[in-house]
Amino acid sequence: MASTEEIRSNLAEIVNEIAGIPVEDVQLDKSFTDDLDVDSLSMVEVVVAAEEKFDVKIPDDEVKNLKTVGDAVAFIERAQNG
Amino acid sequence: MINASTGSQYAGILGIGSYRPRRVVPNAEILEQIDSSDEWIQTRSGIKERRWASDDETVLMMSVNAAKDALQESGIDPAEIGAVVVATVTHLYQTPAIATRVAVEVGAPTAAAFDISAACAGFCYGVAMANDLVRGGSAKYVLAIGVERLSDITDRTDRGTAFIFADGAGAAIVGPTDEPGIGPVVWGSDGTQHQVISQTESWPEAVADSKWPHLAMDGNPVFRWASFAMAKAAQQALDVAGVKAEQLDLFVPHQANMRITDAMRRTLKLPEHVKVARDIERQGNTSAASIPLAITAMREAGEAKSGDLALIIGFGAGLVYAALVIRLP
Repeated sequence: MASTEEIRSNLAEIVNEIAGIPVEDVQLDKSFTDDLDVDSLSMVEVVVAAEEKFDVKIPDDEVKNLKTVGDAVAFIERAQNG
Repeated sequence: MINASTGSQYAGILGIGSYRPRRVVPNAEILEQIDSSDEWIQTRSGIKERRWASDDETVLMMSVNAAKDALQESGIDPAEIGAVVVATVTHLYQTPAIATRVAVEVGAPTAAAFDISAACAGFCYGVAMANDLVRGGSAKYVLAIGVERLSDITDRTDRGTAFIFADGAGAAIVGPTDEPGIGPVVWGSDGTQHQVISQTESWPEAVADSKWPHLAMDGNPVFRWASFAMAKAAQQALDVAGVKAEQLDLFVPHQANMRITDAMRRTLKLPEHVKVARDIERQGNTSAASIPLAITAMREAGEAKSGDLALIIGFGAGLVYAALVIRLP
């Protein structure tokens, strides 16, 4: 099972590829919208890429609850363990 | 024993035409009625301006103008058109089909004529059906049109959709060819998702409430479906046509949103040389008309030429979609 840091690091690469945010900026306490300037459409792209990468399902209803990088990492951890 | 119909072994597109309404509507004009900004509209959609039809630019008038362009390029006698197929969701008469009047105006007054309702996939549905009508022997030539006056059903005060929808028409003449000019269609629908893009209320409900129905859309689920599921459909259309991405010249997706086009392009991993339609910047989302409008714009800009192989895909309300590879006339 992937560690929290592995998930964060893989997610950072996805955010970098889609939104051009430097990998090192994608830290657990950062808000996607306020800190990283990832808008709602880019967020959908990040979610779909994360679903493929981590082999999890992230429903549309859940996406609005993923405010920070930490929220997303925690969701992916739970989904992988569930 | 009944005789079976026999058509041409192969069919292709012999002419493409379009009509753009005269009036250009910049984002500044949209912003008079919604709380938004030019920057927000451009970053979320890529749209800088769109065209809205004036009173005289009816669904009929725009269709006929686009059709005459396509007919001229094809060089065929209009009397030889066996069927006229008009894809639209904004001919606001239940009956008769606008295709019957288009047939008269273009010089094919006795052709079979009917409308189809396939939303933003309408042009691709029309071309796919035209291909089958020609190959099946039901018509020698088919005029397929995509036309919309979406400004008639746009809620000008809805900040989520007011800037997106626009007007215009595009047409194609499909007829017999020596080589396959239209690949097999990859198409489908998902009516379980009918609510994500739909008319706000039925006409009887609207009349009872003295309201005017509008086109409503839930953006994020549509974006997710269009950007990823549709990229897969586009890839399938390439596969069944036996065309590799390297052989493509053009990628012309329905001009729904620049962000969808960008996401599809990324997912499809198209080679750099494939030119991607970005007509939405100047034209907005014209639903059934957007693909032929984009193709004619690319030809005018020198980005597309006769003989080019284009991957086209339409997708929209009802989550209908259709993708196919075509060779440009």
